[in-house]
Amino acid sequence: MEIAFWLIAAATIYFLPGRHLILTEIAILALFALSLDLILGYAGIISLGHAAFFGFGGYAAGLLAKHALVTEPVLALVLSGLAAAALGFVTSFLVLRGSDLTRLMVTLGVALVLREIANRYSELTGGADGLQGITMAPLLGIFRFDLFGHTAYIYSLIVLFVLFVIARRVVHSPFGLSLRSIKGNPLRAAAIGIPVDRRLITIYTVAAFYAGVAGALLTQTTAFASLDVFSFDRSADLLLVLIIGGTGYLYGGLVGAVAFKLMQDWLAHLTPQYWQFWLGLVLVAIVLIGRERMGRWVSPLRILGERLSERIARLFGAASGTEGR
Amino acid sequence: MLTILFDGVAYGMLLFVLACGLSVTLGLMNLINLAHGAFAMAGGYVTVVLVNRMGVPFLAALPLAFLVMAALGALLERTLYVHVYAKSHLDQVLFTIGLVFMSVAAVDYVMGSSQQFVKIPQMLQGQVDLFGTGVGKYRLLIIVVCGLLTVALQLALTKTRFGSRLRAAVDDQRVARGLGINVNAVFAVTFAFGSGLAGLGGALGAEILGLDPIFPLKYMIYFLIVVTVGGTSSITGPFLASILLGIGDVAGKYYAPKLGAFAIYTIMIVVLIWRPQGLFARPTTR
Amino acid sequence: MSGNAIRTVLAALAIGAFSAGGAFAQDTVKIGFILPMTGQQQSTGKQISAAVRLFMQQNGDMVAGKKIEVIIKDDGAVPDNSKRLAQELIVNDKVSFLAGFGVTPAALAVAPLATEAKIPQVVTAAGTSIITERSPYIVRTSFTLAQSCVIIADWAAKNGIKKVVSMVSDFAPGVDAEVSFKEQFTKAGGQVVESIRFPLANPDFAPFLQRASDAKPDAIFVFVPSGQGAAFVKQFIERGLDKTGIKIIGPGDVSDDDQVNGMGDQVIGTVTAHFYSAAHPSPMNKAWVEAFKKANNGLRPNFMAVGGYDGMYLIYEALKKTGGKTDGDSLIAAMKGMKWESPRGPISIDPETRDIIQNIYIRKIEKVGGELYNVEFATFEAVKDPVKAAKK
Repeated sequence: MEIAFWLIAAATIYFLPGRHLILTEIAILALFALSLDLILGYAGIISLGHAAFFGFGGYAAGLLAKHALVTEPVLALVLSGLAAAALGFVTSFLVLRGSDLTRLMVTLGVALVLREIANRYSELTGGADGLQGITMAPLLGIFRFDLFGHTAYIYSLIVLFVLFVIARRVVHSPFGLSLRSIKGNPLRAAAIGIPVDRRLITIYTVAAFYAGVAGALLTQTTAFASLDVFSFDRSADLLLVLIIGGTGYLYGGLVGAVAFKLMQDWLAHLTPQYWQFWLGLVLVAIVLIGRERMGRWVSPLRILGERLSERIARLFGAASGTEGR
Repeated sequence: MLTILFDGVAYGMLLFVLACGLSVTLGLMNLINLAHGAFAMAGGYVTVVLVNRMGVPFLAALPLAFLVMAALGALLERTLYVHVYAKSHLDQVLFTIGLVFMSVAAVDYVMGSSQQFVKIPQMLQGQVDLFGTGVGKYRLLIIVVCGLLTVALQLALTKTRFGSRLRAAVDDQRVARGLGINVNAVFAVTFAFGSGLAGLGGALGAEILGLDPIFPLKYMIYFLIVVTVGGTSSITGPFLASILLGIGDVAGKYYAPKLGAFAIYTIMIVVLIWRPQGLFARPTTR
Repeated sequence: MSGNAIRTVLAALAIGAFSAGGAFAQDTVKIGFILPMTGQQQSTGKQISAAVRLFMQQNGDMVAGKKIEVIIKDDGAVPDNSKRLAQELIVNDKVSFLAGFGVTPAALAVAPLATEAKIPQVVTAAGTSIITERSPYIVRTSFTLAQSCVIIADWAAKNGIKKVVSMVSDFAPGVDAEVSFKEQFTKAGGQVVESIRFPLANPDFAPFLQRASDAKPDAIFVFVPSGQGAAFVKQFIERGLDKTGIKIIGPGDVSDDDQVNGMGDQVIGTVTAHFYSAAHPSPMNKAWVEAFKKANNGLRPNFMAVGGYDGMYLIYEALKKTGGKTDGDSLIAAMKGMKWESPRGPISIDPETRDIIQNIYIRKIEKVGGELYNVEFATFEAVKDPVKAAKK
């Protein structure tokens, strides 16, 4: 089943060349949602300020490029991710205590404070007008970022895939399993000897890295960074994406990103001024109808999808046998 | 200096009236209602229609706004919200944000995108001299009305039978049901009341905070801050939190304009680190 | 978990929905408007899109043998969106013009795209001076803030205002306004005792106003983006500052036609400098305002609307001049130096800077026919953007 998903994603590179721009946005949003799923779906930390790391990574990448400190984009990407991870580490202590609501607000507060700081130091960040004058050097020295967004999309998709595989490894490892037990019942987890706080700090830092990479990707593919990367809207949209897709199975962020962005784009195309109304209606409907019922509607397609994947898997050989669900 | 204090208190009290409904529904029904701001906005628009278009005097329009929003709240509660009580917090977030989007676009369609102004009566305009400093009459009205409301709420909560039923239901819903308290009725009445208060807050606040279709999105953060810092198990908690935040915001902007909104967020983070359950919460089972 | 199923369905939908691209006729010329239709600047988007619709209603959709198609996209005033939407319009919809841009960051973000794709970018809203310098394909039909600020600075100095506190929103146009006003006002013999910058998304002006009034100036120079003027003025009045003799001066954004009628009678007498007033006494403007109100439920057009309307005029005329040729270089050449009569008065496009040259009027808020309007009482003709003019 998973193979089908990634094959289709790769196929879009060839079959949908006109849509690479929005697909890049979807890929970046998917990576961002994946990072939130790591802490929300697996460790149970609810955050409304994840944009803090997204923005921090975004500006880091922007500044690295603008001042030509590190011109090679992939290297800059990793460095920006690490910068965001450092920020994550430092702020992780804030989310260790408190109820859901507290964490929600503290994380939101951090993101908003960062936004204010970025606004205050507008000589460095460009303030409300954004970071201007970023020119991206070619990827690995060879692939130029073009107007049509082809390079950007392939780049983003590869980054998403690589990080996804790593995340998968992490959540299926003993570390990942211990996170799930912490999410279920932190007291009990602590009682059997799991160092709860340390695990939480670790996953929070890792999630911050992922979010920072997503932010850096956005800056690199659009050659622009503005205060909006820290905004409440971004964190809120992210939460919506993850809730729509479902938490705790890693694909939720990806599915949600595809669904949300496509829906938003399509609705905005129909009615540039009032699309929010229809989006709201869809959200309300999703909750009222409920995910179980929606799952039942599409189960014939699901069975079809699974049969197809098995065929493809058999075509490709033995190893994939263990991948199928 | 006194003016700053006064402005801060007025702003804080306005925030309180707006946010206390949210605090109570969260504490009582464990319902994250991010659409609370939409009720406030609707109350503001109702007042605009009543005062500007139908010529109702402003002071009479205020209780009307309250009643209209309370009725709307009761209606929505019975028809829509009742389905989401049992769902997870995340689903509630999705649901209520969906409602906010719908209300924002709907209001934009019906009333237009520009800011709306309520024609406040002549006697509420300008300033009056109090303790040697000029004090805005409208802000004075806000302080008086909100102050009275707070006292009334506190009295209702502690001295009436309904109040004690409400407190019981907040403390432990199952036991309250077991004692024969009609918790569903308490929910409905409280939700309606909270929405009515939001509407009243919106009506009062239109003059100070500005009324346009994106009002709920702009101010949701502030309401959430009040609720988190104040805790959800009392009236005094959010009240004091609002005052603190109101004064902090106004003073911060006055003394350090460049840092502007910084102050309010920093205060919130500091408070939450020090007291994760909010300033005045009793430890709850949730 | 039904995640598997949802995944497949959505992926399938994605492919299906997008295959229907569709080719378009060669004789259609498309104009892509990128406007803030939602979010804080949505009133700007609404005014401009209404003006564009009115223009097409009055002038039809055929120019130089080509059919004109307008595509409106909402960027919510977020520059990342503006850039992506511009890319899509260029690559997918193959537009020949990009227009709109409700805020400076949006215009700046799209500039490199206009240069790379050689497509004219007609700025119909944003007001910072440097915008036209960012790409040789940018033409502006809106305004630059400096145009109004320099004029009001002169007027203030000549009319007995000596001490001023400047209050602006903290973003590029605000800073432009503050700087150009200060320079001119100081040159004319006045003194700006304090410069306050407040955050762009600001609910409450009270503390900033308090700080300004404590400095006891003769006047407060204020700039806020379109849509916030009313809140500012209301709070000014609420603190009783109008009774202390402190005047409000500034560019006309603070007495925006969109809002001025709801501000209440205390604002009568406020003097501002701007390039457009709905009360401009030309027959063309009167007819235009009537038509606009009729088509939009009584909504009064403001300076954003006139920018959009003139943007469409410029595009149509440029096409007529090039005989329907849509390559960027010929269109820009055609636009340079064009002069015409707009509802705001006579305007032209500066061939050197591609920026707009227009009259700036000094006006006072007065009650006309039961409604509040900005009534013009002095005119400064053919004002070029002072910031760029000073650089020469």
